[in-house]
Amino acid sequence: MSLDTTRHAPDPAPREVAPIPDPGVEEHLPRYTDTDERAGRRAYRQIVALYGLSPLLAIAAIVVYFAVPTTLSFELGSETIRVHHALFGLLVGLAILCIGVGSVHWAKTVMADTEVVEERHELASSPQDREIVAEQFAAGTEESGIGRRKLLGVSLAGALGTVALPPLVMLADMGPWPIASTRKETIEKTLWAEGVYLVTDVTYRRIRASEVPLNELVNAQPENLQDLHGAEFQQAKAKASIIIVRMDPNRIQVPESRRDWNVGGIQCYSKICTHVGCPVNLFERQTGHLLCPCHQSTFDLGNSGVVIFGPAGRSLPQLPITTDQDGYLVARSDFTVPVGPSYFERDSTGDYEEGDR
Amino acid sequence: MAKPAATSADAPVLDDLRPPAPSPGRGAAKPLRWLDDRLGLARVGRAGLRKVFPDHWSFLLGEIALYSFIVLLLTGVFLTIWFKPSMAEVEYQGSYQLLRGIPMSEAYMSTLDISFDVRGGLLVRQVHHWAAILFVAAAAVHMLRVFFTGAFRKPREINWLIGIGLFSMATVEGFAGYSLPDDLLSGTGLRFVDGLIRSIPLIGTWAEFFVFGGEFPGTLVIPRLYMVHILLVPGLLLGLIAAHIGLVTYHKHTQYPGPGRTNGNVVGYPLFPVYMAKAGGFFFIVFGVTVLMGATMQINPVWMYGPYNPSQVTAGSQPDWYMGWVEGAIRIIPNWEWHVGGTTWSWQIFLPGVGLMGLLFTGLALYPFVEAWITGDRREHHILDRPRNAPTRTALGVAGITCYGLFWLAGGNDILATHFHLSLNAITVFMRVAVFVGPVLAFLATRRICLSLQRRDAERVLHGAESGVIVRDPQGGYSEAHEPISQEEGFTLTQHDQPLPLEESPATDERGVRRRGAGVTGFRARLSRWFLGTRIPKPTRGEIEAAHEHAGQIEAAHEPDAAASDHRDDAVDARP
Repeated sequence: MSLDTTRHAPDPAPREVAPIPDPGVEEHLPRYTDTDERAGRRAYRQIVALYGLSPLLAIAAIVVYFAVPTTLSFELGSETIRVHHALFGLLVGLAILCIGVGSVHWAKTVMADTEVVEERHELASSPQDREIVAEQFAAGTEESGIGRRKLLGVSLAGALGTVALPPLVMLADMGPWPIASTRKETIEKTLWAEGVYLVTDVTYRRIRASEVPLNELVNAQPENLQDLHGAEFQQAKAKASIIIVRMDPNRIQVPESRRDWNVGGIQCYSKICTHVGCPVNLFERQTGHLLCPCHQSTFDLGNSGVVIFGPAGRSLPQLPITTDQDGYLVARSDFTVPVGPSYFERDSTGDYEEGDR
Repeated sequence: MAKPAATSADAPVLDDLRPPAPSPGRGAAKPLRWLDDRLGLARVGRAGLRKVFPDHWSFLLGEIALYSFIVLLLTGVFLTIWFKPSMAEVEYQGSYQLLRGIPMSEAYMSTLDISFDVRGGLLVRQVHHWAAILFVAAAAVHMLRVFFTGAFRKPREINWLIGIGLFSMATVEGFAGYSLPDDLLSGTGLRFVDGLIRSIPLIGTWAEFFVFGGEFPGTLVIPRLYMVHILLVPGLLLGLIAAHIGLVTYHKHTQYPGPGRTNGNVVGYPLFPVYMAKAGGFFFIVFGVTVLMGATMQINPVWMYGPYNPSQVTAGSQPDWYMGWVEGAIRIIPNWEWHVGGTTWSWQIFLPGVGLMGLLFTGLALYPFVEAWITGDRREHHILDRPRNAPTRTALGVAGITCYGLFWLAGGNDILATHFHLSLNAITVFMRVAVFVGPVLAFLATRRICLSLQRRDAERVLHGAESGVIVRDPQGGYSEAHEPISQEEGFTLTQHDQPLPLEESPATDERGVRRRGAGVTGFRARLSRWFLGTRIPKPTRGEIEAAHEHAGQIEAAHEPDAAASDHRDDAVDARP
């Protein structure tokens, strides 16, 4: 057991004299199971019982797996317990646990528990080894000719470095390049345009201005969203989702530039938070504040959606709306600024700020 | 073909050249010999079979992480049999009534199928998720144990770095995993990551388009995360784990101070049989417990959230616990965003998201080297520090935990607000201050507590253990009798070094000649004083002897007194 100890280096800095000398490893005290025949037999029986129980549980689990229908369930308080899942899991879990508990019990009660001392070995190589390696390395370098013909190493390094570039370049097509023209067609554009009707989420019903309740949030989408499917649908919805809110026209401040963006106090904002893009949906009726449930950015819908609390850096974009001749809400244009979270190339000078006219 | 002219009876080929068997059990002798002929197993066994491991409960923490990783591999393989990493739109027609007819991604539908239609599928899914949470938690607590006991010191710095790599990989792995089902919660998490990636100055939009294959959410991110989750990161984790354990084997395990434990030995039990039974058994315990958790404790019921819908979110959305502190930082930071020219710099997302994570992992990675530089300690350490004996390190650690914990709490500021009927805004503002002040207070308090514990140790060494016996002396005064502590305990309490702070010494002497081994700047000396300067000197041998003599005199003073010869008669048992 004890390895080569002669090479073990003492601490470089001498240790101060220990105030109390090391008495050496404690004397081994026998356990109950060592001294008491009956305790020893009991531990032995317990271990075998645990090991014996495990296959029984495992077989029971197999029976449950095939015999219990997966649809069987019962109510326990407010929880639905699925019998197949719970019973199978309990039996398998206990079967595994039995092996573990049995083994640890064996180790602690039956196996010898005398502590053993093992010397540590020197981690560093011996000075001779280091010398030999240095010599071998020097010899190898010499034989390779790299010492005399310097360009060998330089050109190899250059080749290795350059040959790594093609594979890297292949990553350049992981996605479309977000150059200005691409951005204009993707993240800076939504389905909204002049004449696109505002429809209710899910049911796609056009919304009459007269049916928008006071101080209540209405979730809405552009009518042309229903033509899309799959990824296109999700991408469009992630930008076009809006909320409609009707507030007392006397309570809201409408800047000069947005005078014709609302219909008698009905305003329409992007539902996508300007922070990291969660849908903003917690509305406080008394104050007209809209709170994002993810990071609690708070926007004042009575004041063009400016940020009044939280980590969002910009106002919620407002969608200019009007009504058609039948009184249905319809968009006047796309959003005037990109919706959703900020990105580096975003020109955020056009966003509404407190005090803008 | 030429025939040999003759054969010699003593040709070497007729000799038995097989090496002597390593004398294993009779039944296994043959296959073992077969293997040893080819692999030289006996040599490995000779070095490793009776390798000694020290015993301590805190050494189990890393084991829990290792075993839950194995559970993750086993359950993960089962899940890949059924999971379809596709964002193609399908209409659900499975057995969960409430979602029938609803369009969703194939990823979400296959997750529902695993949960409802694959026998045992829900169990395996839940075991996988619980094991993942346990994996990261055990790794984190294991790292704290290594930190507070100074196990990262020479020669184990590289293994500490591997550990940091493992911990950061584990969080990435966990995040990639819980993003896969494409339910409302995981989709909201991905939306957050999209915002986080976008916020990187200069390259954010490019990174977003490259990760998502275009605009969020697209069709590529889940297949890509699937590759990351089941191939890339697990491969890295496996390699790092092998290196981690390989280095533990090479260095041999550290041990806590105690009688007979020196810097040059390791005291414990042999690998075979004790540690094979203990560690192997512990694997089955961890496995069994995670299976029982999967069977009885619901986790991530994705069918209740519904498929991902970019216009919906549930209030109180939370990431898995190990992302909570980043979430908290994102929530409480003021809205610092620059709008310069035609560009937007989202510091309020980039700093707490990317910056803070980078700071944590860089700080952790550099710590061993910074501490060694401050203390000037170049020795090997195989005996662990008791945290109280390294008060500044311990205080730094607790300050770090406090900071992390406050950020983590801030990640649930909405839940704190609703449960304790507090103002959300007030909690947020409080946290903005607390994440800076809290760690400082924790540092000061912890260092004092450490010093007090050192003082108590010194007290115990000098005056012994409180016996709980109150003695009335002939004058009527009361005092508590102390019993001397064992030499074993006394040694354990006094074996530690108390290194002195570095002294300032210029690199060159007054003639401008470089001096060997010098070059401690004033700054480094000040840091060193700050780090090592506060401590309670441990009692010297002389002090201990004097104290024991003193105690003996008191004892002697009592003894001749006939009336009080058996002073236990009028002793008051003060034990509770």
